[in-house]
Amino acid sequence: MSETYTLYNSTVMEHFMNPRNMGDLKDADGVGEVGAAACGDIMKISLKISNGRIEDARFKTFGCGSAIASSSMATELIKGRTIDEAMNFSNQEVVDALGGLPPVKIHCSVLAEEALKAALEDYVKKHPELAHKSPASETVAA
Amino acid sequence: MRQVYLDHQASTPVLPEVFDAMKPYFTEAFGNASSLHQHGLRVREALKRSRGQMAALINADSAEEIFFTSDGTESANLAIKGVAYANERRGKHLVVSATEHPSVMQSVEFLERQGWTCTRVPVDADGTLQLEALRAAIRPETVLVAVHHVNHDIGTIQPIREVGRVCAETGVPLYVDCEASAGWLPVDVREFGAAMVSFSPHRFYGPKGVGVLYRNKKARLVSVIHGGVQEGGRRAGTENIPAIVGGGMAAEISLTELPRRIAHTATLQSRLWKGLKERIPYIRLNGPEPGPRRISTNLNLSTEFIEGEGQLLLCDLNGIAVASGSSCVSKSLKISHVLAAIGLDHALAQGNIIMTLGMANTVEDVDYTLETFAKIVTKLRGMSPMWDEFQRGVIDSVIAPTGRGKSFSQHAADVSGKAAH
Ligand code: FES
Repeated sequence: MSETYTLYNSTVMEHFMNPRNMGDLKDADGVGEVGAAACGDIMKISLKISNGRIEDARFKTFGCGSAIASSSMATELIKGRTIDEAMNFSNQEVVDALGGLPPVKIHCSVLAEEALKAALEDYVKKHPELAHKSPASETVAA
Repeated sequence: MRQVYLDHQASTPVLPEVFDAMKPYFTEAFGNASSLHQHGLRVREALKRSRGQMAALINADSAEEIFFTSDGTESANLAIKGVAYANERRGKHLVVSATEHPSVMQSVEFLERQGWTCTRVPVDADGTLQLEALRAAIRPETVLVAVHHVNHDIGTIQPIREVGRVCAETGVPLYVDCEASAGWLPVDVREFGAAMVSFSPHRFYGPKGVGVLYRNKKARLVSVIHGGVQEGGRRAGTENIPAIVGGGMAAEISLTELPRRIAHTATLQSRLWKGLKERIPYIRLNGPEPGPRRISTNLNLSTEFIEGEGQLLLCDLNGIAVASGSSCVSKSLKISHVLAAIGLDHALAQGNIIMTLGMANTVEDVDYTLETFAKIVTKLRGMSPMWDEFQRGVIDSVIAPTGRGKSFSQHAADVSGKAAH
């Protein structure tokens, strides 16, 4: 075949083929693992947090190409953000940064948002002194 | 890069001889078979010849029993709805296997919304129809039994002669979907005791755009497409002559090539499955082992701890074309209903990959696939939290349980707060 056709756009394909931040963090400060009710896939995000800022992030994903690309992009985007900023992270940011996802694949980016928030929640749980000043408790309790 | 096409269940290329046979019917022999002049009469001859070629492929008594449709899906719709409507006053009950193609399943669901009832006969863990359950499902008001010859998804060959006998005893017409077998396995409507059989030439080196429905006198059938007298009034619409001509040629070639096709694909099938088993731990074959109960073209695999779409995409990026029944691949986000019907664990259904072989595949193709696929699995397992959790004893393998950790499904339900489907 002379031409190549792809299921996703070139940004998504690039992140799928060469995912950033894939793996686990040895001494993670927060770890979140969530499953997609829609398709049954699973995503895990580990965070290194110091001075209220996300220093490092890693992911592991059992899921489709779009889920792998979404977790790769999400971990890229949140590095350097404060906990409060990260708490307001939305899957739309992932979709935009990836240059769009097919409609049926939007939930894969939601999985990335949820895994990130579960990791933040895990961190906050270990640091109860943060709970009062973070919107985490409201966002995550939902 | 080597290109390996392993999706012959989806479609096959048109053979050069078939293409040549079709060409004149696009240009000089363009007539409409309903016309009464030279142009029409000329293509009528071509139609007749193709009908004979199709009849020969399935050992039908007469070419009159062959109806042309647009594809396999239309054939299934015509068989199910056509018989149901024709027998409305006799009874409104249908019996189908639980693993029919969606074109059968959804035709049945359509009828159920209009007052018909349907019994879905279960299959065993290999996808084989349970004959006793079939016998029990047939009632006095049953007007049709539909059981496929070979499963489109997992390659199981059904005990179709036995099914035919049960139907003959009870006097209910039998429709056999042969979409996954015709051209690759002998189909004999008389031996099957089938009142209807459908198949599509594009699955055996013919063109798309034509489907075949065989129907004998045992099945009363009304048309579901109206507006013309083509196909004995059973299917209105201008015939796709080039495709019908090409399809007939493909049927004729298939009949003579059949033994060679079976031998060639069976060799590659066993090499491929043996190699996969050797190279990849925690991989499972869905459906029967290669042999008399499985079609020689199909391998339906579940690679544990990873998802199917990722495997499919990486195969494609390496020149290997495969299919998957994972929920992530389907627009409905549901796993293949066939995998659900054989009771496959959701985790294994998610890791589903389907490889279907054909005549152009070689031993080198198989070896390249083995080498490449093993690397893909390693890469994706390295990215999978499930693989890691399995190593750490948090979850267990379904394929080869170690006795430590909880099941994947339990784990998935725990982290998603909802049971997987
Ligand atoms: S995560 Fe399952 S479809 Fe994307």
